[in-house]
Amino acid sequence: MATIFRKELSDHFASTRFLITFALVLMVAVVTTSMVGAHLREALEGMAKPSHVFLMLFTTSGQFFSLVQFIAFFGPLIGIILGFDAINRERNDNTLSKLVSQPIFRDAVINGKFLAGIVTVTLMLASLLLLITGLGLLTVGVVPGWEEAGRLAVYLLVSIAYVSFWMGLAILFSILFRSLATSALAAVALWIFFAFFIGFAADLVAHALAPVANARDAEQMVANQRVADAASLASPVVLYSQATSTILDPFRRTRQNLVMVGPMEKFSMDRFRNPLPLGQSILVVVPYLSLMIGLILACFGASYLTFLRQEIRST
Amino acid sequence: MAAVIETQGLTRRYGRQTAVDALSFQVQEGDVFGFLGPNGAGKTTTLLMLLGLTEPSAGTARVLGFDPVRDPLPIKRLVGYLPENVGFYDDLTARENLGYVARLNRLAPDASRGNIETALDRVGLSDVGDKLVGQFSRGMRQRLGLAELLIKDPKLVFLDEPTLGLDPDGIHKILELILSLSRDRGITVVLSSHLLDQVQRTCNRIGIMVQGRMVATGLLSELTRAGESLEQLYMRHFQQR
Ligand SMILES: Nc1ncnc2c1ncn2[C@@H]1O[C@H](COP(=O)(O)OP(=O)(O)OP(=O)(O)O)[C@@H](O)[C@H]1O
Ligand SMILES: [Mg+2]
Repeated sequence: MATIFRKELSDHFASTRFLITFALVLMVAVVTTSMVGAHLREALEGMAKPSHVFLMLFTTSGQFFSLVQFIAFFGPLIGIILGFDAINRERNDNTLSKLVSQPIFRDAVINGKFLAGIVTVTLMLASLLLLITGLGLLTVGVVPGWEEAGRLAVYLLVSIAYVSFWMGLAILFSILFRSLATSALAAVALWIFFAFFIGFAADLVAHALAPVANARDAEQMVANQRVADAASLASPVVLYSQATSTILDPFRRTRQNLVMVGPMEKFSMDRFRNPLPLGQSILVVVPYLSLMIGLILACFGASYLTFLRQEIRST
Repeated sequence: MAAVIETQGLTRRYGRQTAVDALSFQVQEGDVFGFLGPNGAGKTTTLLMLLGLTEPSAGTARVLGFDPVRDPLPIKRLVGYLPENVGFYDDLTARENLGYVARLNRLAPDASRGNIETALDRVGLSDVGDKLVGQFSRGMRQRLGLAELLIKDPKLVFLDEPTLGLDPDGIHKILELILSLSRDRGITVVLSSHLLDQVQRTCNRIGIMVQGRMVATGLLSELTRAGESLEQLYMRHFQQR
Protein backbone atom coordinates (compact mmCIF):
# COMPACT_ATOMS: atom_id res chain seq x y z
CA MET A 1 0.00 0.00 0.00
CA ALA A 2 2.79 2.40 0.94
CA THR A 3 4.43 1.76 -2.44
CA ILE A 4 1.28 2.57 -4.39
CA PHE A 5 0.60 5.57 -2.18
CA ARG A 6 4.07 6.99 -2.83
CA LYS A 7 3.80 6.49 -6.57
CA GLU A 8 0.36 8.05 -6.75
CA LEU A 9 1.45 11.01 -4.69
CA SER A 10 4.47 11.73 -6.83
CA ASP A 11 2.29 11.27 -9.92
CA HIS A 12 -0.08 13.92 -8.62
CA PHE A 13 2.61 16.43 -7.91
CA ALA A 14 4.45 15.84 -11.14
CA SER A 15 1.36 16.06 -13.32
CA THR A 16 0.79 19.07 -15.49
CA ARG A 17 -2.86 19.19 -14.61
CA PHE A 18 -2.01 19.52 -10.93
CA LEU A 19 0.26 22.43 -11.72
CA ILE A 20 -2.37 24.13 -13.86
CA THR A 21 -5.10 23.65 -11.26
CA PHE A 22 -2.87 24.86 -8.50
CA ALA A 23 -1.73 27.89 -10.48
CA LEU A 24 -5.33 28.77 -11.27
CA VAL A 25 -6.44 28.47 -7.68
CA LEU A 26 -3.49 30.49 -6.45
CA MET A 27 -4.16 33.19 -9.00
CA VAL A 28 -7.79 33.52 -7.98
CA ALA A 29 -6.81 33.53 -4.33
CA VAL A 30 -4.22 36.25 -4.77
CA VAL A 31 -6.45 38.46 -6.89
CA THR A 32 -9.48 38.07 -4.65
CA THR A 33 -7.53 38.53 -1.44
CA SER A 34 -5.88 41.71 -2.58
CA MET A 35 -9.17 43.11 -3.83
CA VAL A 36 -11.03 42.23 -0.68
CA GLY A 37 -8.09 43.31 1.43
CA ALA A 38 -7.96 46.78 -0.11
CA HIS A 39 -11.69 47.11 0.22
CA LEU A 40 -11.62 46.09 3.86
CA ARG A 41 -8.83 48.48 4.70
CA GLU A 42 -10.77 51.33 3.20
CA ALA A 43 -13.94 50.39 5.02
CA LEU A 44 -12.13 50.06 8.31
CA GLU A 45 -10.45 53.45 8.02
CA GLY A 46 -11.08 55.41 11.18
CA MET A 47 -13.54 52.87 12.51
CA ALA A 48 -13.41 51.00 15.74
CA LYS A 49 -12.26 47.57 14.74
CA PRO A 50 -15.13 45.10 14.80
CA SER A 51 -14.31 41.60 15.94
CA HIS A 52 -13.42 38.89 13.46
CA VAL A 53 -12.15 41.24 10.80
CA PHE A 54 -9.70 38.68 9.58
CA LEU A 55 -12.38 36.18 8.73
CA MET A 56 -14.07 38.77 6.58
CA LEU A 57 -11.16 38.35 4.24
CA PHE A 58 -12.65 34.99 3.37
CA THR A 59 -16.33 35.74 3.45
CA THR A 60 -16.51 39.16 1.82
CA SER A 61 -16.96 39.08 -1.90
CA GLY A 62 -14.66 41.25 -3.94
CA GLN A 63 -15.50 42.08 -7.50
CA PHE A 64 -16.82 38.58 -8.24
CA PHE A 65 -17.08 36.22 -5.32
CA SER A 66 -15.69 35.55 -1.88
CA LEU A 67 -12.98 32.98 -1.38
CA VAL A 68 -15.36 30.75 0.48
CA GLN A 69 -17.78 30.81 -2.42
CA PHE A 70 -14.94 30.12 -4.79
CA ILE A 71 -13.93 26.96 -2.94
CA ALA A 72 -17.56 25.89 -2.60
CA PHE A 73 -18.11 26.07 -6.35
CA PHE A 74 -14.73 25.11 -7.74
CA GLY A 75 -13.48 22.81 -5.01
CA PRO A 76 -15.50 19.98 -6.57
CA LEU A 77 -13.75 20.57 -9.86
CA ILE A 78 -10.37 20.22 -8.16
CA GLY A 79 -11.49 16.94 -6.61
CA ILE A 80 -12.83 15.67 -9.92
CA ILE A 81 -9.62 16.58 -11.73
CA LEU A 82 -7.63 14.62 -9.17
CA GLY A 83 -9.78 11.50 -9.33
CA PHE A 84 -11.70 11.04 -12.55
CA ASP A 85 -9.12 8.84 -14.29
CA ALA A 86 -7.64 7.08 -11.27
CA ILE A 87 -8.64 3.54 -12.22
CA ASN A 88 -9.85 3.66 -15.80
CA ARG A 89 -6.67 5.18 -17.15
CA GLU A 90 -4.70 2.30 -15.70
CA ARG A 91 -7.28 -0.08 -17.07
CA ASN A 92 -7.03 1.37 -20.56
CA ASP A 93 -3.24 1.44 -20.43
CA ASN A 94 -3.24 -2.20 -19.30
CA THR A 95 -1.17 -1.31 -16.26
CA LEU A 96 -4.04 -2.30 -13.99
CA SER A 97 -3.79 -5.95 -14.91
CA LYS A 98 -0.08 -5.79 -14.18
CA LEU A 99 -0.74 -4.10 -10.86
CA VAL A 100 -3.28 -6.64 -9.62
CA SER A 101 -1.13 -9.58 -10.68
CA GLN A 102 1.58 -8.46 -8.24
CA PRO A 103 1.50 -9.86 -4.71
CA ILE A 104 -0.53 -7.06 -3.18
CA PHE A 105 -4.07 -7.07 -1.87
CA ARG A 106 -6.37 -5.59 -4.39
CA ASP A 107 -7.73 -3.09 -1.89
CA ALA A 108 -4.24 -1.63 -1.59
CA VAL A 109 -4.77 -0.10 -5.02
CA ILE A 110 -7.92 1.68 -3.86
CA ASN A 111 -6.49 2.64 -0.47
CA GLY A 112 -3.32 4.01 -2.01
CA LYS A 113 -5.19 6.12 -4.53
CA PHE A 114 -7.69 7.53 -2.03
CA LEU A 115 -4.99 8.34 0.48
CA ALA A 116 -2.69 9.98 -2.06
CA GLY A 117 -5.62 12.06 -3.31
CA ILE A 118 -6.59 13.20 0.17
CA VAL A 119 -3.03 14.13 1.01
CA THR A 120 -2.75 16.11 -2.23
CA VAL A 121 -5.98 17.95 -1.46
CA THR A 122 -4.77 18.67 2.07
CA LEU A 123 -1.47 20.11 0.94
CA MET A 124 -3.14 22.17 -1.75
CA LEU A 125 -5.77 23.71 0.54
CA ALA A 126 -3.39 24.21 3.44
CA SER A 127 -0.90 26.11 1.32
CA LEU A 128 -3.74 28.12 -0.17
CA LEU A 129 -4.96 29.11 3.27
CA LEU A 130 -1.49 30.03 4.43
CA LEU A 131 -0.97 32.14 1.36
CA ILE A 132 -4.20 34.03 1.87
CA THR A 133 -3.38 34.55 5.53
CA GLY A 134 -0.02 35.97 4.61
CA LEU A 135 -1.49 38.25 1.99
CA GLY A 136 -4.17 39.34 4.44
CA LEU A 137 -1.58 40.30 6.99
CA LEU A 138 0.11 42.43 4.40
CA THR A 139 -2.92 44.17 2.92
CA VAL A 140 -5.23 44.61 5.89
CA GLY A 141 -2.64 44.65 8.59
CA VAL A 142 -4.76 42.77 11.11
CA VAL A 143 -3.33 39.85 12.96
CA PRO A 144 -5.80 37.02 13.46
CA GLY A 145 -6.44 36.10 17.06
CA TRP A 146 -6.37 32.58 18.38
CA GLU A 147 -10.06 32.21 17.97
CA GLU A 148 -9.94 33.23 14.36
CA ALA A 149 -7.05 30.87 13.73
CA GLY A 150 -9.11 28.11 15.30
CA ARG A 151 -12.00 28.92 13.01
CA LEU A 152 -9.73 28.85 10.00
CA ALA A 153 -8.39 25.45 11.06
CA VAL A 154 -11.92 24.05 11.28
CA TYR A 155 -12.70 25.63 7.93
CA LEU A 156 -9.65 23.93 6.45
CA LEU A 157 -10.77 20.59 7.84
CA VAL A 158 -14.27 20.96 6.42
CA SER A 159 -12.87 22.03 3.05
CA ILE A 160 -10.52 19.05 2.90
CA ALA A 161 -13.45 16.75 3.59
CA TYR A 162 -15.48 18.52 0.93
CA VAL A 163 -12.92 18.37 -1.88
CA SER A 164 -11.98 14.82 -0.86
CA PHE A 165 -15.59 13.79 -1.21
CA TRP A 166 -15.64 14.95 -4.82
CA MET A 167 -12.35 13.22 -5.46
CA GLY A 168 -13.77 10.01 -3.97
CA LEU A 169 -16.84 10.30 -6.15
CA ALA A 170 -14.65 10.78 -9.20
CA ILE A 171 -12.59 7.72 -8.28
CA LEU A 172 -15.78 5.71 -7.93
CA PHE A 173 -16.83 6.82 -11.41
CA SER A 174 -13.41 5.92 -12.74
CA ILE A 175 -14.06 2.37 -11.53
CA LEU A 176 -17.58 2.21 -12.89
CA PHE A 177 -16.89 3.70 -16.31
CA ARG A 178 -14.17 2.55 -18.64
CA SER A 179 -14.01 5.70 -20.66
CA LEU A 180 -12.18 8.67 -19.21
CA ALA A 181 -14.60 11.10 -20.81
CA THR A 182 -17.65 9.33 -19.40
CA SER A 183 -16.40 9.29 -15.83
CA ALA A 184 -15.31 12.92 -15.99
CA LEU A 185 -18.64 13.97 -17.48
CA ALA A 186 -20.66 11.98 -14.97
CA ALA A 187 -18.85 13.65 -12.09
CA VAL A 188 -19.15 17.10 -13.64
CA ALA A 189 -22.86 16.55 -14.30
CA LEU A 190 -23.41 15.69 -10.66
CA TRP A 191 -21.44 18.73 -9.61
CA ILE A 192 -23.47 21.05 -11.82
CA PHE A 193 -26.68 19.56 -10.54
CA PHE A 194 -25.74 19.88 -6.88
CA ALA A 195 -24.25 23.33 -7.27
CA PHE A 196 -26.79 25.03 -9.52
CA PHE A 197 -30.00 23.06 -9.69
CA ILE A 198 -30.40 21.77 -6.17
CA GLY A 199 -32.58 24.78 -5.36
CA PHE A 200 -35.14 23.85 -8.01
CA ALA A 201 -35.03 20.21 -7.04
CA ALA A 202 -35.54 21.07 -3.37
CA ASP A 203 -38.51 23.27 -4.26
CA LEU A 204 -40.05 20.45 -6.26
CA VAL A 205 -39.62 18.07 -3.36
CA ALA A 206 -41.05 20.62 -0.96
CA HIS A 207 -44.09 21.22 -3.14
CA ALA A 208 -44.69 17.53 -3.39
CA LEU A 209 -44.32 16.84 0.34
CA ALA A 210 -45.66 20.02 1.90
CA PRO A 211 -47.80 21.78 -0.71
CA VAL A 212 -48.75 25.39 -0.13
CA ALA A 213 -52.49 25.62 -0.82
CA ASN A 214 -52.86 29.15 0.44
CA ALA A 215 -49.96 31.52 -0.08
CA ARG A 216 -51.05 33.61 2.92
CA ASP A 217 -50.98 30.70 5.31
CA ALA A 218 -47.72 31.31 7.14
CA GLU A 219 -47.68 27.87 8.71
CA GLN A 220 -47.84 26.18 5.35
CA MET A 221 -45.15 28.44 3.99
CA VAL A 222 -42.83 27.64 6.87
CA ALA A 223 -43.42 23.92 6.56
CA ASN A 224 -42.73 24.12 2.86
CA GLN A 225 -39.54 26.09 3.45
CA ARG A 226 -38.39 23.60 6.06
CA VAL A 227 -38.76 20.69 3.66
CA ALA A 228 -36.96 22.62 0.94
CA ASP A 229 -34.09 23.42 3.32
CA ALA A 230 -33.82 19.83 4.43
CA ALA A 231 -33.95 18.55 0.84
CA SER A 232 -31.25 20.93 -0.32
CA LEU A 233 -28.98 19.48 2.36
CA ALA A 234 -28.81 16.43 0.11
CA SER A 235 -26.37 18.49 -1.90
CA PRO A 236 -22.80 18.40 -0.58
CA VAL A 237 -22.39 21.92 -1.95
CA VAL A 238 -25.18 23.23 0.27
CA LEU A 239 -23.93 21.16 3.16
CA TYR A 240 -20.52 22.70 2.79
CA SER A 241 -21.76 26.25 2.39
CA GLN A 242 -23.87 25.92 5.53
CA ALA A 243 -21.00 24.51 7.52
CA THR A 244 -18.46 27.08 6.40
CA SER A 245 -20.71 30.05 6.85
CA THR A 246 -21.39 28.95 10.39
CA ILE A 247 -17.75 28.62 11.20
CA LEU A 248 -16.46 31.71 9.41
CA ASP A 249 -19.36 34.03 10.16
CA PRO A 250 -19.87 33.91 13.93
CA PHE A 251 -22.76 36.34 13.75
CA ARG A 252 -24.92 33.82 12.05
CA ARG A 253 -27.24 32.27 14.57
CA THR A 254 -29.06 29.63 12.64
CA ARG A 255 -28.75 27.94 9.35
CA GLN A 256 -32.31 28.96 8.53
CA ASN A 257 -32.71 31.18 5.54
CA LEU A 258 -33.67 34.63 6.59
CA VAL A 259 -36.33 34.99 3.91
CA MET A 260 -39.05 34.19 6.36
CA VAL A 261 -37.98 36.82 8.83
CA GLY A 262 -39.95 40.03 8.85
CA PRO A 263 -38.21 43.44 8.75
CA MET A 264 -38.78 44.15 12.43
CA GLU A 265 -37.39 40.87 13.55
CA LYS A 266 -34.43 41.35 11.29
CA PHE A 267 -33.78 44.74 12.79
CA SER A 268 -33.84 43.42 16.32
CA MET A 269 -31.62 40.52 15.35
CA ASP A 270 -29.13 42.91 13.83
CA ARG A 271 -29.14 45.09 16.88
CA PHE A 272 -28.43 42.38 19.34
CA ARG A 273 -26.06 40.40 17.27
CA ASN A 274 -23.45 38.69 19.33
CA PRO A 275 -20.84 36.42 17.92
CA LEU A 276 -21.41 32.74 18.52
CA PRO A 277 -18.43 31.46 20.52
CA LEU A 278 -16.02 29.14 18.74
CA GLY A 279 -17.05 26.12 20.78
CA GLN A 280 -20.68 26.66 19.85
CA SER A 281 -19.82 27.14 16.20
CA ILE A 282 -17.91 23.91 16.20
CA LEU A 283 -20.89 22.14 17.73
CA VAL A 284 -23.02 23.43 14.89
CA VAL A 285 -20.47 22.32 12.31
CA VAL A 286 -19.78 18.83 13.62
CA PRO A 287 -22.93 17.24 12.17
CA TYR A 288 -22.13 18.69 8.74
CA LEU A 289 -18.58 17.49 8.95
CA SER A 290 -19.65 14.01 9.97
CA LEU A 291 -22.15 13.94 7.12
CA MET A 292 -19.40 14.81 4.68
CA ILE A 293 -17.06 12.22 6.11
CA GLY A 294 -19.92 9.76 5.83
CA LEU A 295 -20.25 10.64 2.16
CA ILE A 296 -16.53 10.07 1.61
CA LEU A 297 -16.76 6.71 3.33
CA ALA A 298 -19.74 5.81 1.18
CA CYS A 299 -17.75 6.56 -1.99
CA PHE A 300 -14.82 4.63 -0.62
CA GLY A 301 -16.96 1.65 0.34
CA ALA A 302 -18.72 1.56 -3.00
CA SER A 303 -15.39 1.84 -4.85
CA TYR A 304 -13.98 -0.91 -2.75
CA LEU A 305 -16.85 -3.31 -3.32
CA THR A 306 -17.10 -2.78 -7.06
CA PHE A 307 -13.38 -2.92 -7.60
CA LEU A 308 -12.79 -6.09 -5.60
CA ARG A 309 -15.36 -7.95 -7.66
CA GLN A 310 -14.34 -6.64 -11.05
CA GLU A 311 -12.58 -8.76 -13.60
CA ILE A 312 -9.43 -7.12 -14.87
CA ARG A 313 -8.38 -8.22 -18.30
CA SER A 314 -5.87 -6.62 -20.57
CA THR A 315 -7.41 -5.64 -23.85
CA MET B 1 7.63 -34.62 -10.59
CA ALA B 2 4.81 -32.72 -9.01
CA ALA B 3 1.84 -31.08 -10.66
CA VAL B 4 2.37 -27.33 -10.67
CA ILE B 5 -1.07 -26.64 -12.06
CA GLU B 6 -4.02 -28.87 -11.54
CA THR B 7 -7.63 -28.05 -12.40
CA GLN B 8 -10.85 -29.95 -11.81
CA GLY B 9 -13.94 -29.04 -13.79
CA LEU B 10 -12.87 -25.42 -13.98
CA THR B 11 -15.69 -23.41 -15.54
CA ARG B 12 -16.29 -19.77 -16.27
CA ARG B 13 -19.54 -18.45 -17.63
CA TYR B 14 -20.25 -14.95 -18.89
CA GLY B 15 -24.02 -14.62 -18.82
CA ARG B 16 -25.27 -17.47 -20.94
CA GLN B 17 -21.99 -18.02 -22.70
CA THR B 18 -19.58 -20.56 -21.29
CA ALA B 19 -16.06 -19.29 -21.95
CA VAL B 20 -14.31 -22.13 -20.12
CA ASP B 21 -16.20 -25.39 -19.84
CA ALA B 22 -15.33 -27.96 -17.15
CA LEU B 23 -11.60 -27.84 -17.76
CA SER B 24 -9.45 -30.52 -16.14
CA PHE B 25 -5.75 -30.63 -16.92
CA GLN B 26 -2.33 -30.70 -15.35
CA VAL B 27 1.02 -29.07 -15.90
CA GLN B 28 4.07 -30.73 -14.34
CA GLU B 29 7.07 -29.03 -12.82
CA GLY B 30 9.64 -28.07 -15.45
CA ASP B 31 7.20 -28.34 -18.34
CA VAL B 32 7.00 -25.91 -21.17
CA PHE B 33 3.29 -26.15 -21.76
CA GLY B 34 1.89 -24.96 -25.07
CA PHE B 35 -1.62 -23.66 -24.71
CA LEU B 36 -3.27 -23.73 -28.13
CA GLY B 37 -6.65 -22.89 -29.48
CA PRO B 38 -8.50 -20.61 -31.88
CA ASN B 39 -9.48 -17.05 -30.95
CA GLY B 40 -12.05 -16.95 -28.21
CA ALA B 41 -11.35 -20.51 -27.09
CA GLY B 42 -10.95 -19.41 -23.48
CA LYS B 43 -7.19 -19.49 -23.01
CA THR B 44 -6.84 -16.05 -21.49
CA THR B 45 -9.86 -16.64 -19.27
CA THR B 46 -8.25 -19.83 -17.97
CA LEU B 47 -5.01 -18.04 -17.16
CA LEU B 48 -6.93 -15.30 -15.34
CA MET B 49 -8.67 -17.90 -13.20
CA LEU B 50 -5.39 -19.61 -12.37
CA LEU B 51 -4.01 -16.28 -11.15
CA GLY B 52 -7.07 -15.41 -9.11
CA LEU B 53 -7.86 -12.42 -11.30
CA THR B 54 -11.27 -13.84 -12.18
CA GLU B 55 -13.44 -16.09 -10.10
CA PRO B 56 -14.44 -19.43 -11.61
CA SER B 57 -18.18 -20.11 -11.89
CA ALA B 58 -17.53 -23.73 -10.92
CA GLY B 59 -14.70 -26.14 -10.35
CA THR B 60 -11.38 -25.80 -8.55
CA ALA B 61 -7.77 -25.14 -9.37
CA ARG B 62 -4.47 -25.53 -7.58
CA VAL B 63 -1.43 -23.56 -8.60
CA LEU B 64 1.83 -24.42 -6.82
CA GLY B 65 -0.35 -25.97 -4.14
CA PHE B 66 -2.44 -22.85 -3.53
CA ASP B 67 -6.08 -22.18 -4.28
CA PRO B 68 -6.31 -19.08 -6.51
CA VAL B 69 -9.74 -18.13 -5.15
CA ARG B 70 -8.90 -18.25 -1.47
CA ASP B 71 -5.18 -17.73 -1.46
CA PRO B 72 -4.13 -15.64 -4.47
CA LEU B 73 -1.29 -13.75 -2.82
CA PRO B 74 1.35 -16.51 -2.64
CA ILE B 75 0.47 -17.43 -6.22
CA LYS B 76 1.04 -13.87 -7.36
CA ARG B 77 4.34 -13.84 -5.52
CA LEU B 78 5.59 -16.95 -7.31
CA VAL B 79 3.97 -16.58 -10.71
CA GLY B 80 4.98 -14.14 -13.41
CA TYR B 81 2.20 -13.16 -15.78
CA LEU B 82 2.76 -11.53 -19.15
CA PRO B 83 -0.66 -10.45 -20.40
CA GLU B 84 -1.64 -10.32 -24.06
CA ASN B 85 -1.01 -6.60 -24.10
CA VAL B 86 1.57 -5.48 -21.61
CA GLY B 87 0.98 -2.10 -20.08
CA PHE B 88 3.59 0.26 -18.69
CA TYR B 89 3.59 3.71 -17.20
CA ASP B 90 4.57 5.63 -20.29
CA ASP B 91 5.79 8.64 -18.36
CA LEU B 92 8.36 6.58 -16.47
CA THR B 93 11.57 5.09 -17.79
CA ALA B 94 12.06 1.36 -18.24
CA ARG B 95 14.14 1.19 -15.07
CA GLU B 96 11.55 3.12 -13.07
CA ASN B 97 8.80 0.83 -14.30
CA LEU B 98 10.76 -2.21 -13.21
CA GLY B 99 11.63 -0.52 -9.92
CA TYR B 100 7.95 -0.02 -9.15
CA VAL B 101 7.19 -3.68 -9.78
CA ALA B 102 10.16 -4.66 -7.63
CA ARG B 103 8.83 -2.55 -4.77
CA LEU B 104 5.36 -4.01 -5.17
CA ASN B 105 7.02 -7.39 -4.79
CA ARG B 106 8.80 -6.15 -1.69
CA LEU B 107 12.26 -6.87 -3.02
CA ALA B 108 15.06 -5.36 -0.96
CA PRO B 109 16.51 -2.25 -2.66
CA ASP B 110 19.94 -3.67 -3.55
CA ALA B 111 18.55 -7.03 -4.58
CA SER B 112 16.07 -5.26 -6.80
CA ARG B 113 18.75 -3.06 -8.37
CA GLY B 114 20.78 -6.15 -9.22
CA ASN B 115 17.75 -8.01 -10.54
CA ILE B 116 16.71 -5.09 -12.69
CA GLU B 117 20.13 -4.81 -14.35
CA THR B 118 20.35 -8.56 -14.96
CA ALA B 119 16.82 -8.66 -16.34
CA LEU B 120 17.39 -5.70 -18.67
CA ASP B 121 20.56 -7.35 -19.83
CA ARG B 122 18.81 -10.65 -20.47
CA VAL B 123 16.27 -9.03 -22.77
CA GLY B 124 18.79 -6.71 -24.38
CA LEU B 125 17.40 -3.41 -23.16
CA SER B 126 20.30 -2.28 -20.96
CA ASP B 127 21.21 0.72 -23.06
CA VAL B 128 17.65 2.06 -23.31
CA GLY B 129 16.86 1.47 -19.65
CA ASP B 130 16.64 5.19 -18.95
CA LYS B 131 14.40 5.98 -21.87
CA LEU B 132 10.71 6.71 -21.30
CA VAL B 133 8.64 3.64 -22.04
CA GLY B 134 6.27 5.84 -24.02
CA GLN B 135 8.95 5.95 -26.70
CA PHE B 136 9.39 2.18 -26.92
CA SER B 137 8.41 0.14 -29.94
CA ARG B 138 6.03 -2.76 -29.55
CA GLY B 139 8.81 -5.32 -29.54
CA MET B 140 10.76 -3.39 -26.93
CA ARG B 141 7.67 -3.26 -24.71
CA GLN B 142 7.23 -6.98 -25.12
CA ARG B 143 10.82 -7.58 -24.06
CA LEU B 144 10.44 -5.18 -21.14
CA GLY B 145 7.41 -7.23 -20.12
CA LEU B 146 9.61 -10.30 -19.97
CA ALA B 147 12.21 -8.42 -17.95
CA GLU B 148 9.46 -7.52 -15.52
CA LEU B 149 8.74 -11.21 -14.99
CA LEU B 150 12.40 -12.01 -14.43
CA ILE B 151 12.97 -9.54 -11.61
CA LYS B 152 10.58 -11.33 -9.31
CA ASP B 153 12.38 -14.62 -9.84
CA PRO B 154 9.24 -16.70 -10.50
CA LYS B 155 8.71 -20.44 -10.23
CA LEU B 156 6.07 -20.42 -12.94
CA VAL B 157 5.37 -18.01 -15.77
CA PHE B 158 2.25 -17.47 -17.85
CA LEU B 159 3.02 -15.99 -21.22
CA ASP B 160 -0.05 -14.96 -23.18
CA GLU B 161 1.05 -14.66 -26.81
CA PRO B 162 4.48 -13.26 -25.97
CA THR B 163 5.66 -13.12 -29.57
CA LEU B 164 2.74 -11.13 -30.92
CA GLY B 165 3.98 -8.43 -33.25
CA LEU B 166 7.67 -9.25 -32.98
CA ASP B 167 10.10 -9.47 -35.87
CA PRO B 168 11.51 -12.92 -36.70
CA ASP B 169 14.75 -12.18 -34.91
CA GLY B 170 12.83 -10.96 -31.85
CA ILE B 171 10.69 -14.09 -31.87
CA HIS B 172 13.78 -16.24 -32.03
CA LYS B 173 15.40 -14.40 -29.13
CA ILE B 174 12.33 -14.59 -26.95
CA LEU B 175 11.87 -18.28 -27.57
CA GLU B 176 15.55 -18.80 -26.73
CA LEU B 177 15.04 -16.87 -23.53
CA ILE B 178 11.99 -18.92 -22.61
CA LEU B 179 13.84 -22.15 -23.25
CA SER B 180 16.78 -21.01 -21.16
CA LEU B 181 14.46 -20.11 -18.29
CA SER B 182 13.15 -23.61 -18.28
CA ARG B 183 16.54 -25.24 -18.85
CA ASP B 184 18.74 -23.18 -16.50
CA ARG B 185 16.38 -22.09 -13.79
CA GLY B 186 13.84 -24.90 -13.87
CA ILE B 187 11.00 -22.45 -14.31
CA THR B 188 7.73 -23.96 -15.50
CA VAL B 189 6.35 -22.13 -18.52
CA VAL B 190 2.79 -21.90 -19.80
CA LEU B 191 2.83 -20.41 -23.25
CA SER B 192 -0.30 -19.47 -25.12
CA SER B 193 0.29 -19.00 -28.81
CA HIS B 194 -1.23 -19.28 -32.25
CA LEU B 195 2.04 -20.02 -34.00
CA LEU B 196 2.25 -23.77 -34.16
CA ASP B 197 5.83 -24.03 -35.33
CA GLN B 198 6.97 -21.97 -32.33
CA VAL B 199 5.06 -24.24 -30.02
CA GLN B 200 6.52 -27.29 -31.68
CA ARG B 201 10.00 -25.91 -31.24
CA THR B 202 9.68 -24.91 -27.58
CA CYS B 203 7.05 -26.95 -25.80
CA ASN B 204 7.21 -30.48 -24.46
CA ARG B 205 3.56 -30.67 -23.42
CA ILE B 206 0.54 -29.13 -25.08
CA GLY B 207 -3.15 -28.60 -24.54
CA ILE B 208 -5.55 -27.74 -27.33
CA MET B 209 -8.61 -25.81 -26.32
CA VAL B 210 -11.64 -25.33 -28.54
CA GLN B 211 -14.77 -23.49 -27.44
CA GLY B 212 -13.90 -23.70 -23.78
CA ARG B 213 -13.06 -27.40 -23.76
CA MET B 214 -9.68 -29.08 -23.66
CA VAL B 215 -9.90 -31.41 -26.65
CA ALA B 216 -6.40 -32.84 -26.44
CA THR B 217 -3.65 -32.66 -23.87
CA GLY B 218 -0.48 -34.56 -23.24
CA LEU B 219 3.20 -34.78 -24.09
CA LEU B 220 3.87 -33.46 -27.55
CA SER B 221 5.97 -36.51 -28.33
CA GLU B 222 3.09 -38.84 -27.49
CA LEU B 223 0.39 -36.88 -29.27
CA THR B 224 2.34 -36.68 -32.49
CA ARG B 225 3.59 -40.25 -32.39
CA ALA B 226 1.78 -41.39 -35.49
CA GLY B 227 4.09 -39.19 -37.54
CA GLU B 228 1.51 -36.43 -37.54
CA SER B 229 2.76 -32.86 -37.38
CA LEU B 230 1.43 -30.54 -34.72
CA GLU B 231 -0.40 -28.64 -37.42
CA GLN B 232 -2.20 -31.72 -38.64
CA LEU B 233 -3.10 -32.62 -35.07
CA TYR B 234 -4.45 -29.17 -34.40
CA MET B 235 -6.50 -29.05 -37.59
CA ARG B 236 -7.94 -32.48 -36.93
CA HIS B 237 -9.22 -31.47 -33.47
CA PHE B 238 -10.36 -28.12 -34.70
CA GLN B 239 -12.41 -29.53 -37.54
CA GLN B 240 -14.10 -32.17 -35.45
CA ARG B 241 -16.04 -29.41 -33.79
N1 LIG C 1 -15.99 -9.84 -19.85
C1 LIG C 1 -16.53 -10.72 -20.72
N2 LIG C 1 -17.86 -10.75 -20.91
C2 LIG C 1 -18.41 -11.63 -21.76
N3 LIG C 1 -17.72 -12.52 -22.47
C3 LIG C 1 -16.40 -12.55 -22.33
C4 LIG C 1 -15.73 -11.65 -21.45
N4 LIG C 1 -14.41 -11.90 -21.52
C5 LIG C 1 -14.28 -12.90 -22.41
N5 LIG C 1 -15.45 -13.30 -22.90
C6 LIG C 1 -15.68 -14.38 -23.87
O1 LIG C 1 -15.02 -15.54 -23.41
C7 LIG C 1 -14.53 -16.28 -24.51
C8 LIG C 1 -13.10 -16.67 -24.24
O2 LIG C 1 -12.28 -15.52 -24.29
P1 LIG C 1 -10.69 -15.60 -24.09
O3 LIG C 1 -10.18 -14.20 -24.06
O4 LIG C 1 -10.40 -16.45 -22.93
O5 LIG C 1 -10.22 -16.29 -25.42
P2 LIG C 1 -8.73 -16.61 -25.91
O6 LIG C 1 -8.65 -18.08 -26.04
O7 LIG C 1 -7.75 -15.96 -25.04
O8 LIG C 1 -8.74 -15.94 -27.35
P3 LIG C 1 -7.54 -15.23 -28.15
O9 LIG C 1 -6.79 -16.31 -28.80
O10 LIG C 1 -8.26 -14.41 -29.16
O11 LIG C 1 -6.76 -14.44 -27.20
C9 LIG C 1 -14.72 -15.42 -25.74
O12 LIG C 1 -15.80 -15.95 -26.48
C10 LIG C 1 -15.07 -14.06 -25.20
O13 LIG C 1 -16.01 -13.45 -26.05
MG1 LIG D 1 -6.31 -14.55 -25.31
